[in-house]
Amino acid sequence: MHPIRKQRLQIVLLIILAAACASGLVIYMLGQNTNYFYTPSQIQSGEAPQGVFVRAGGMVVDGSIERNLDSLDVAFKVTDGGATVLVKYSGILPDLFAEGEAAVAAGRIGNDGVLLATEVLAKHDEKYTPPEVADAMNAAYKAKQEAQVGPQ
Amino acid sequence: MNWTWFYRMGSPLWFYQSTSRWLPLLSLVTLVLLVAGLAWGLGFAPEDAKQGNSFRIIYLHVPASFLALAGYFLMATAGAIGLIWKMKLSYIVMKCAAPIGAALTFLALFTGAVWGKPTWGSYWVWDARITSMLILLFLYFGVLALQYAFHNQEAGNKASAVLALVGTVNIPIIYKSVDWWFTLHQPSTIKLTSAPSMHPDMFQPLLVMILAFYFFYALALILAVRVEILKRESKTTWVRELVEQASRQKIGAK
Repeated sequence: MHPIRKQRLQIVLLIILAAACASGLVIYMLGQNTNYFYTPSQIQSGEAPQGVFVRAGGMVVDGSIERNLDSLDVAFKVTDGGATVLVKYSGILPDLFAEGEAAVAAGRIGNDGVLLATEVLAKHDEKYTPPEVADAMNAAYKAKQEAQVGPQ
Repeated sequence: MNWTWFYRMGSPLWFYQSTSRWLPLLSLVTLVLLVAGLAWGLGFAPEDAKQGNSFRIIYLHVPASFLALAGYFLMATAGAIGLIWKMKLSYIVMKCAAPIGAALTFLALFTGAVWGKPTWGSYWVWDARITSMLILLFLYFGVLALQYAFHNQEAGNKASAVLALVGTVNIPIIYKSVDWWFTLHQPSTIKLTSAPSMHPDMFQPLLVMILAFYFFYALALILAVRVEILKRESKTTWVRELVEQASRQKIGAK
């Protein structure tokens, strides 16, 4: 390669390197702010700020959804396996919101540790299955669980 | 090493002539793949157990996002080649890739919003994936704007190429954002290291659509580059001959 072109190639590589360093530093300084939500464990350990707007994300605990029959008030728990956070919300929930599915609740955490949500979003996973396959998989899973419980 | 093949490729005349031969075939393949992929994905692929039919927008969302990222790499590489070798053609490719990439990025963001409302419950959230994708759109706009910000074409080319190179840092960030941070956006369905987390009946039409978008991108870019070549080379003899030939044919047809 011609020396001048080699020099220009080095400049190009230097531009990319400098840009990578700069954005690396920016992302490092942003820290927690690049995350869309806190996990219940982070909230329990006090990492999430109190009294200001935060989001909590996790799995909706099975059997934890309590709906008020007269209003849109609803309460449920989200967990990340370690800790759970109680969420209270008044409004319409997204269609994909369900027990055992991931959700993100946004609002303020009171002194009692309850998140008073102003918005609840459903988070879906990256797996896609046709209904028949999903039904067959669920049936097989149940059969397996029953077989495991049986001998005891 | 012998570099003559590389320099020949940089000639606008060579590009124009060699693409003329391939354009009809390329257009046909693109059309067939797009129609087949869309019909298969939107009409015949099974619906999703949880999301129902709303998941079908994946057949536009994922291919558009793929090409928005791949197209940026192509644009930045063309810019780098322009900076290093001062090739006319590579700057033309860089300029033409910007609006196509911007359109694809917009399509990815738009289909994402349309998909987000029925599934997440919101058109737009400021999570890492969506925000970094919006930055990509602004980078495309920036490259395009710099092209017209200078009276001198050469200065505009250089400025655009440097911005395109700086912006390449954003591409791995977009790609890995769903793994590095907590986002509302789900992780990738298609991974390099493992099987796709999607039923084959749903995945096959998606592959066809991704391939179709690659062909569509190539077609759109080649057509745009050919127009730009004719514009910039309008004073050369070969373009004049081409125009004369075309006008003679037009008169002959009448």
